[in-house]
Amino acid sequence: PPSCLPAEDISTNSNGPKQEILLDDDQEDLFAEATEEVSLDSPEREPILSDGPSPAITPVTPTVIITPRAEASMFDRSLDEDEDTEENGDTFDMQITVSDPEKVGGFGCTSLNLFSRNEFSVKRRFSDFLGLHSKLASKYMHIGYIVPPAPEKSIVGMTKVKVGKEDLSSAEFVEKRRSALQRYLTRTVTHPALLKDPDVIQFLENTELPRAVSTQALSGAGILRMVNKAAEAVNKMTIKMNESDAWFEEKQQQFENLDIQLRKLHASVESLVCHRKELSVNTASFAKSAAMLGNSEDHTALSRALSQLAEVEEKIDQLHQEQAYADFYLFSELLGDYVRLIAAVKGVFDQRMKTWSKWQDAQLLLQRKREAETKLQYANKPDKLQQAKDEIKEWETKVQQGERDFEQISKNIRQEVGRFEKQRVKDFKVVIIKYLESLVHTQQQLIKYWEAFLPEAKAIA
Amino acid sequence: MTSISQDGDRDKLRSVSVDLNNDTPLLIDIPDALCERDKVKFTIHTKTTLNSFQKPDFSVSRQHEDFIWLHDTLVETEDYAGLIIPPVPPKPDFESPREKMHKLGEGEATMTKEEYTKMKQELEAEYLAVFKKTVQVHEIFLQRLSSHPAFSKDRNFQIFLEYDQDLSVRRKNAKEMFGGFFKNMVKSADEVLISGVKEVDEFFEQEKTFLLDYFGKIKDATAKAEKMTRSHKNLADDYIHISATLTTIAADDNEAFKSKACISNVCVCVQKLEARVASDQELKLTELFRYYMRDIQAAKDLLYRRARALADYENSNKALDKARLKSKDVGQAEEHQQQCLQKFDKLSESGKKELTSFKARRVVAFRKNLIEMAELEIKHAKSNMSLLHACIEQLQSN
Repeated sequence: PPSCLPAEDISTNSNGPKQEILLDDDQEDLFAEATEEVSLDSPEREPILSDGPSPAITPVTPTVIITPRAEASMFDRSLDEDEDTEENGDTFDMQITVSDPEKVGGFGCTSLNLFSRNEFSVKRRFSDFLGLHSKLASKYMHIGYIVPPAPEKSIVGMTKVKVGKEDLSSAEFVEKRRSALQRYLTRTVTHPALLKDPDVIQFLENTELPRAVSTQALSGAGILRMVNKAAEAVNKMTIKMNESDAWFEEKQQQFENLDIQLRKLHASVESLVCHRKELSVNTASFAKSAAMLGNSEDHTALSRALSQLAEVEEKIDQLHQEQAYADFYLFSELLGDYVRLIAAVKGVFDQRMKTWSKWQDAQLLLQRKREAETKLQYANKPDKLQQAKDEIKEWETKVQQGERDFEQISKNIRQEVGRFEKQRVKDFKVVIIKYLESLVHTQQQLIKYWEAFLPEAKAIA
Repeated sequence: MTSISQDGDRDKLRSVSVDLNNDTPLLIDIPDALCERDKVKFTIHTKTTLNSFQKPDFSVSRQHEDFIWLHDTLVETEDYAGLIIPPVPPKPDFESPREKMHKLGEGEATMTKEEYTKMKQELEAEYLAVFKKTVQVHEIFLQRLSSHPAFSKDRNFQIFLEYDQDLSVRRKNAKEMFGGFFKNMVKSADEVLISGVKEVDEFFEQEKTFLLDYFGKIKDATAKAEKMTRSHKNLADDYIHISATLTTIAADDNEAFKSKACISNVCVCVQKLEARVASDQELKLTELFRYYMRDIQAAKDLLYRRARALADYENSNKALDKARLKSKDVGQAEEHQQQCLQKFDKLSESGKKELTSFKARRVVAFRKNLIEMAELEIKHAKSNMSLLHACIEQLQSN
């Protein structure tokens, strides 16, 4: 079977010791977090391992690679991070940078441990990232961890229409992918359990990765299949889960609503990017036309003013391009990421239901075994009776395990959702502020250009 | 039925205006208009000190077709051959907002109530803008006539302003009489004839070269400006949808409510400002180019008429030579030649004056609009910036 299918056997050993330490220590705190609204400034927050990422670090905000056009200061965030790390003292925060792929080979991947200052630089292919994700998903999704989804393979966004000068150019495509990979990896190492996962560590540190067993299966589609299987299992459940915990019902509904709204928002923002690119093209076209008009104009001062107008419009075209860039990399991509993340969240909720279903099935089977044993007691078949008693013991264990697994996944999900919500608020806030700042920058430039043009217009005599 | 009333400060809103001295003997304005399905009815208001009019202050109701009639009669008047005849205002065109409104109605189910209302408001504003523009362009047409020494005295112009019945009968008669012959001729042949005629006058040679080239360029600039404005409007509309969705998310989401609501408000304001930028650009730039494109066409028409007169004169010379050779009808040929020469000279003299003042007018209008556009862009950008700053502050303090 392809390696991306989940590890179905939930034995205590299959996931390694690390995960259990994580769970048992902080039971009370986790529940407290999940149900109370803890403000980021609250004094009760201790920076414990199982806690969410430290409040000040926001490694998921995309660091945009500087193009010749954009100003470096706009998107640079490394300064913020260093300041905040010192305040906090967390030992496991990582800064991830994914750089442009070379002609041969793959993406440069640098991880810097902000505390120890250990840095690793490795080269990875796109399929390696997908492989990492599929391993993590198969290890952790069925116990309720929200594993950050890997970037899409396809180029085209949710809306099929793309207009622009650099229509699907390879440079644009590569940058989009590079940025997505960086965000993906950053989100992955932000997760306290995933950060310590051996596959993750190996990915970040080993010069050579072991060849993947079947590279074709390592895709978003494979994970989608796994998620769909869980959803199918839920649909096929003969007994509807009696939700004793209103929290889960509420949260599930909340995520359903959020999913719909985020998709809608994403589509609107993609439309915005598209229209802004169109505007850029049309502005450039108008600039050329205005320049021609200026050349044709026989009144000297007016001719000059028209040429200046053409220059202003050319500069404004540049602004539109930069703004479209910001629209996309800050706003649109973030929304896309969250649409995929919420799919992962819904996935773990489905996994929980599947776990519950398995537990119920085990209980049913145990009941049947008990009934069978009772019958055998009157049948005078001692060896068969012993077998029945053994099977009962076996299934009793399985029932207990099933209950434990269910409680475990429920606990994990509460913790994960709490962490996810906090991260979401932070992510959006930071990105929205950055986006607004990009808009401010555009307006400042516009003022500059038009104020420079005004005397030219007034000089027409 | 939609009606608008023009109020003060009109000058700020229009791209082209006519310099009206309040002491002018003939003052015209269009104080309001009614839109009934496809027909727009303009109220033409005249204030005059001239004795040729029956009353000093009066109003009539006119339709677009009446303007066309008036323009055509002016074009077909021989006496005005040496003048630039103000371009006929374009037909009121509500096609674009109407189509959009239709599409909006079809897509209503997919939007929230708030979104739909906002989109509808935007479309209504667009509709109103088209309406205002058409009123202005019709008004400008009349004002150019009223401020011109020759046109202001035109008999048909007076009828247009004063006749208290509708002009449909006259319009029908005019069509039968002239059949639009002259108009069609001008449209199809002018480029060829203008370029073909050998020009003796340096001034006209330059004007011809300039106007032919400039016309092409300004036509292109108009089209490109239109496209730019349309993209801008599309962009503004996107912010409406974004804002509506953010509001919905904010309502569901207590934790991030304040920030989402703040952003949603920002999007609303950004949308309004971008829409404003788009419409100002349209008014100051696109409308300006559009108007002068038509005006240049009118100037070209003048050149055509003069070129035809020159051709007639040259032909009459040839006819005179022929007559002298044959010694037949010489007197007649001489007279004809004299008439042609007179006509040509008259056209040249008046044409030169008209073209010179036209250039001055054009430069003044361009200057005014470019200044106003730059000032508006600065104003909008500053508004936008202070709004964005306020929101950023609010988000950072949360």
